Amino acid sequence: MSAEQNFHQAVKKSLQNTELQTRTAAAAAKHQFAVAEALKQFADLELARNRAKYIKWRVNENLDKYLIDFEANLMRKGGKVIWADTPQTALAEIEQIIKKNQAKHIVKSKSSICNEIGLNEFIKAKGYDLTETDLGDFIVDGFNEKPFHGILPAAHKTKEEINNLLNQKISTSLDIELNEMTKDVRDYMRSKFFKADIGITGANFLIAENGMVCISENEGNVRLASAFAKTHIIIAGIDKILPTLQDVDLFFSLLSSYGNGQRLMAYNSIVGPKNLEEQDGANEFIVILVDNGRSSTLASHDQREALSCIKCGACHFVCPVFTNIGGHSYGSSYTGPIGSITEPLAHGLNEYKHLSNASTNCGKCNDVCPVKIDISNHIIRNRRDNINAGNETTGEKLAWYTWTKAMLSRKNLNRSTSIKNFTFRQLYKTAWGAEKEFPKIEEKSFNQLWREKFGGV
Amino acid sequence: MKIDLFIPCFIDQFNPQTGFNMVKVLEKAGCQVNYNIEQTCCGLPAFNAGQWNEARQVSEKLLNEITPDRNFVCAGSACTGMIRNSYDLLFQNSSYHNKFRQLQKRTFELSEFLIDVLKIENLGSKFSGKVVFMDTCTGLNGCGIKAQPRKLLEQIEGLELVELPNQDECCGFGGTFSVTNSDIAIHLGNKKLNVIKETGVQTVVSTDYSCLIHLKSIAEKQESNLKFLHLADILAMGL
Repeated sequence: MSAEQNFHQAVKKSLQNTELQTRTAAAAAKHQFAVAEALKQFADLELARNRAKYIKWRVNENLDKYLIDFEANLMRKGGKVIWADTPQTALAEIEQIIKKNQAKHIVKSKSSICNEIGLNEFIKAKGYDLTETDLGDFIVDGFNEKPFHGILPAAHKTKEEINNLLNQKISTSLDIELNEMTKDVRDYMRSKFFKADIGITGANFLIAENGMVCISENEGNVRLASAFAKTHIIIAGIDKILPTLQDVDLFFSLLSSYGNGQRLMAYNSIVGPKNLEEQDGANEFIVILVDNGRSSTLASHDQREALSCIKCGACHFVCPVFTNIGGHSYGSSYTGPIGSITEPLAHGLNEYKHLSNASTNCGKCNDVCPVKIDISNHIIRNRRDNINAGNETTGEKLAWYTWTKAMLSRKNLNRSTSIKNFTFRQLYKTAWGAEKEFPKIEEKSFNQLWREKFGGV
Repeated sequence: MKIDLFIPCFIDQFNPQTGFNMVKVLEKAGCQVNYNIEQTCCGLPAFNAGQWNEARQVSEKLLNEITPDRNFVCAGSACTGMIRNSYDLLFQNSSYHNKFRQLQKRTFELSEFLIDVLKIENLGSKFSGKVVFMDTCTGLNGCGIKAQPRKLLEQIEGLELVELPNQDECCGFGGTFSVTNSDIAIHLGNKKLNVIKETGVQTVVSTDYSCLIHLKSIAEKQESNLKFLHLADILAMGL
C-alpha cells in the first residue's frame, strides 16, 4: 500500500477512537494552559519571537558557512564530525563506532532524529543491548510504538496501560501512582547508565562559533547518558545550528515555554569534548550531522523557512487535524502541521502529498510558532510545488480547468443551472462524502438576479 | 459613501438572497452600493489548492475590475483574508503588486466595515430568539475578526447571543480539504454541530457562507432543524 493509502486508512481508524481523541484533547488543553503561563516570562513576546525568527533566517541563509564553522570549532577542541547525507550512512557510521569500541551496552536519550533514522530498530536488530532512557520514549518503545508527539511521546497512553507495561518490563507493582512508577524506572535506569559503553543523544542546538552542543531536558537522563559512557555520540540534523552562544538563552526559553509549558526545562546542558586537564566526560565526542532531505528543503528559496523549526511541538496541539487523528496516523517521523511541510519537502512532494493536503488552513499554528514560521502558507506552497512539478492527476487538471474557465468569464458562470449542477456533481460528488448532502446551485445566481433587476445584461 | 460590493462565489451560486441582504444592510448604513456585473471570484479556492497559476488569472481579473479609491466590502472573511493576506504572496515580483497594495487597504469584511470604518453598531434590525455566532478561522486567525460581528448581533432587537465553547475550533471545511480529506472534514463538522446542538439554539450565524454550507450539508443529511444564516441575512431582518 502507498503511504497515502496507509494514511487514509489510519485516519479512518483514529477518527473512530473517541477515547484517544478525548485523551489527546485533554493533553492539548493542559499543554496550552501551561504554555500560556510560561510565556508570561517574556516582557515582549513578539520581540522575542521576531528575534528568534530572524536568527534562524540568518542560519538558513548561511547554513553552508555555519556548518563548516561548527565542524572546525568542534575539531579544534578534539571532537569529531561525521557528515551523513542519508540515514543509512549515519547508521553505518554508528555501527562502526560500536564495533571499534567493542561496546556492549548502549544508552540512548530522547531524540526525534533517532526515530527519523530508525536507530532503535537498527541497533536492536544487530543484537546490541540498547536502553531507551527517556521515560516517555521508554514507554512507547516498550509498546513497540513510535512517539505520539515529539515532546510528549506517550501522551496517548493511560496511566493503567503504562503501569501494566512497567509491571511486565521492570516488575513495578500494580496500582501505584505516577511518581512511584517514575522512581522505579529511575532505579532501573541508573544501573544502565553506569554500565554504558556508548551514550547516544540528540541535540537541541549546535553552536557554530564554538562547536558546543546544547541539550534541554527534564529528566537528567541526557546528562547521565553522556557522563559515564566513554563515547558520546550526538545525532543532529543540519538545521540545528545557532550562530553564537549569546543566542542560546532566547532559544532555551522559547523551546521550553512552547514545548513543555515551562519557563526553563530542568536540565540545560552546553557540552563539548573533554578538555585535556578535565577528569570527567567522554573520551570520544562525535557529532553526526544528518541531512536526510534537509538540503532539498534548503534549496527551495521560499520554503527553506521550514528548517527554522526548533521542534517544540506547539503547533501540533492547536491543530484540529492532529488532535483528532493523532500522531500515529501521519506515518512519518515528523507529524502535525510542521511535519506536513517538512516531510513532503524532504522525502517527496508527491509521495507525501496527503500530508500537504492534511490541513484545513485554519491558521492557529502560525500564532503559536516560537520562530514565527508561516506554517499554513508553507503547506499551501507544498501543494503548489507538487502541481508545478507536474504531479497533478487528470481529474484535478480537468476540475481546475473547468473552474478557471468559469471564473474568468461571467458568461460561463451564468450558464444554465442544469449544466452547472451536472458539472459540479461530476467533479466533486464522490469526494464530497456520503455523510453530507451535496449542495445545489440555485436557479439564478446573484449576478443574474442583479442584472435582471438593475440591467446590464 | 459609495462602496464596491464583493459577493463571494458561494453566495453568488448557492445563496443569492444573501447578496441582496448585503445590499440592504449597506444601504441602511448609508452606503451607495456599486456592484461590478463582471465580478466572479477572488481566487481563493485555487490558491489554497496550490493552483497558483489559475488563482493568479482569476485574481488579476478582480484587480483589473476594481474602482480606484473606493472601499471594497466583502460578504465573507475568507475573501477578505485572501485579498488582504494571500494576494501578497500571489503577486510578489509582479506588476499587480502595487494594485494589490491599493486594494489591500480598502478591503473589508462586512462587520469590520460597519464597526471599524462606519462606526455603526445598531442598524435597527430585529430578530426574535437566540442565536449562536460561529467564528470562522479565516476571520478569527486571518483577519482578527472577533468583536465586530458580536457587537452587531448584540444590538439586534430581540436577539439573544449565545457563545459556543471552543470558539476557535475549526469546523473542518478548509476549502479543498473537505474534498481531499472528507473523513476528517465531516468528523470536525459533526463536532461543531454537536456543540451547537448542546446549546439548544436553533440558529447559527457566521460571517462566511462557505463554513455554513459545510455544516448545513452535514446537518441536512441528519434531518436536523438547525438554521444557518449569514451575518448579512440576520442584519437585514426587520430593515
